[in-house]
Amino acid sequence: MLETKEMQPHHVKLPDGSIEKLTTTLNLGPTHPATHGVFQNIVELDGERIVSAEQTVGYIHRAFEKLAERRPLYQITPITDRLNYCSSPLNNMGWHMTCEKLLGVKTPKRVDYLRIIIMELARISDHLICNSIVGVDSGAYTGFLYVMQYRELIYEIYEEVCGSRLTTNIGRIGGFERNFSDTAFQKLEKFLREYPKVLKEFENLFTRNRIFMDRLKNTGGISAERALNYGFTGPNLRAAGVDYDVRVHSPYSSYEDFEFTVPVGSTGDNYDRFLVRNGEMWQSLSLIEQAYRKVQEFKGAEADVYHADAPAYYLPEKKDVYTKMEQLIWHFKIIMGETEIPKGEVYHSVEGANGELGFYLISDGGRTPYRLHFRRPSFIYYQAYSELTKGSMLSDAIITMSSLNLIAGELDA
Amino acid sequence: MALTNEIIQQQLTEKFGEQVYNFESPFGLLTFQSSKEMNLKVLQFLYENENLQFTFLTDLCAVHYPDNKGQELAVVYLLHNLRENIRVRYKIFTDIQQPDIFTATKLFEAANWMERETYDFFGVNFIGHPNLKRVLNADEMDYFPLRKEYPLEDQTRIDKDDAMFGRGGSIF
Repeated sequence: MLETKEMQPHHVKLPDGSIEKLTTTLNLGPTHPATHGVFQNIVELDGERIVSAEQTVGYIHRAFEKLAERRPLYQITPITDRLNYCSSPLNNMGWHMTCEKLLGVKTPKRVDYLRIIIMELARISDHLICNSIVGVDSGAYTGFLYVMQYRELIYEIYEEVCGSRLTTNIGRIGGFERNFSDTAFQKLEKFLREYPKVLKEFENLFTRNRIFMDRLKNTGGISAERALNYGFTGPNLRAAGVDYDVRVHSPYSSYEDFEFTVPVGSTGDNYDRFLVRNGEMWQSLSLIEQAYRKVQEFKGAEADVYHADAPAYYLPEKKDVYTKMEQLIWHFKIIMGETEIPKGEVYHSVEGANGELGFYLISDGGRTPYRLHFRRPSFIYYQAYSELTKGSMLSDAIITMSSLNLIAGELDA
Repeated sequence: MALTNEIIQQQLTEKFGEQVYNFESPFGLLTFQSSKEMNLKVLQFLYENENLQFTFLTDLCAVHYPDNKGQELAVVYLLHNLRENIRVRYKIFTDIQQPDIFTATKLFEAANWMERETYDFFGVNFIGHPNLKRVLNADEMDYFPLRKEYPLEDQTRIDKDDAMFGRGGSIF
């Protein structure tokens, strides 16, 4: 092992006539009440103004890509939970769809629509946290507490569908582990009924609030060119005025059957990011409503379809496992990870809450992936942080960090 | 006229001739290779050519093929033309003994951390990178953990017996 290098402060010399001769080095993080997650920022300060910032990440690196090389496909789903843990279902679904693409599994329409309900709920819960945390960081706690009970309701829906709340492991390759219960649909209806009012009130608290606007406008801005060059995707790119959305550009899970708009901003600053996320929550609500209506249209046997017919990858029903030979064999093979994955290279991406969440899966025909790479939007756009905060006040940099929606799990994989 | 895989392939072959090869389209995604010395020229051509305009670097990662002697490490670029909404995957292979590759940070700011990550896990040395140091792993690490010679579990551990689970020993 090499010697641990001492972290040296790199003070910047200030121009003659400044009160201080050198800048001050401030360690923001790795754990700090103002950084919602484990990452460190070493900032050079001239008074309250940031001269330069250097980010250190990797504090919760868990070697997911290495882990994935020794696991059968279905055991990788819980790993994806822990990427962006504010919207685990989006990661789970992205992963299932990647596998389905490689395995050639075609999912029924009802599964697609149910997935859209879950994915858009996840998007709402993610944006809800991000936007209300921006409020918290600018001194307005009320909104955060107010919307939290609706995230709770979303988590209850997850719980009803898959049994867990935060790290969901929701769905399976080919569909869902079970059909949605009546309670799940009742809770969904409750959400659709009550949430618009809450979101409206949330917007009333913030959107035209003078103090809030003054704190967010013209801070942490980025131009469309720079954002593209930095590999921004998702709400952060759209806030800069580029209408790139994976759901529209390369539709998956039957997004092409739906009508929705992609909100865009213009300046790419904190305020635009806030507005874009709020706009997306309205679109997600509409998508959930449309999907729920489509789900209700299925009648008879079709109304009970919740998975594709893929016996080699989708677990058979438990009662059949006890009584039928074939099902018992499949069950055993799947659980023990003894199914060979077809050879191939596949890249699939979904519109995660933070942007394009991509899965690059290489299979050499073995039982586990030969290589799996996650394209994690947070990791890619966090490099722009020093450019975004250069010259701004320290307190603005804190808001910039929360409005970028950095999730430590996604940064570090 | 919409950009298609055929047009991209034709443009690339017109410009580089035999130097770009192994064209294929798994799952509709145009994939091709070149020698590692060519990487910047190809990336720049894809970026600047007015018909191609691959100005968005979606992803960059490496893959280790230990059996591919002399060409053990593959570096994979995934580029996106957002206007035409088409992607290409571009691969270069390098010897693991001397994994030197030109950096793409001059073209894409996004490549900065992606290349650091690739260096961190595979030891690919990106020549000209402004700040090539580890990004996710600890600075004092002296190996590249995603290379295949490193088994997943710590083989020096003696406090548990993995043999019962079929996981004892190296993965090879």
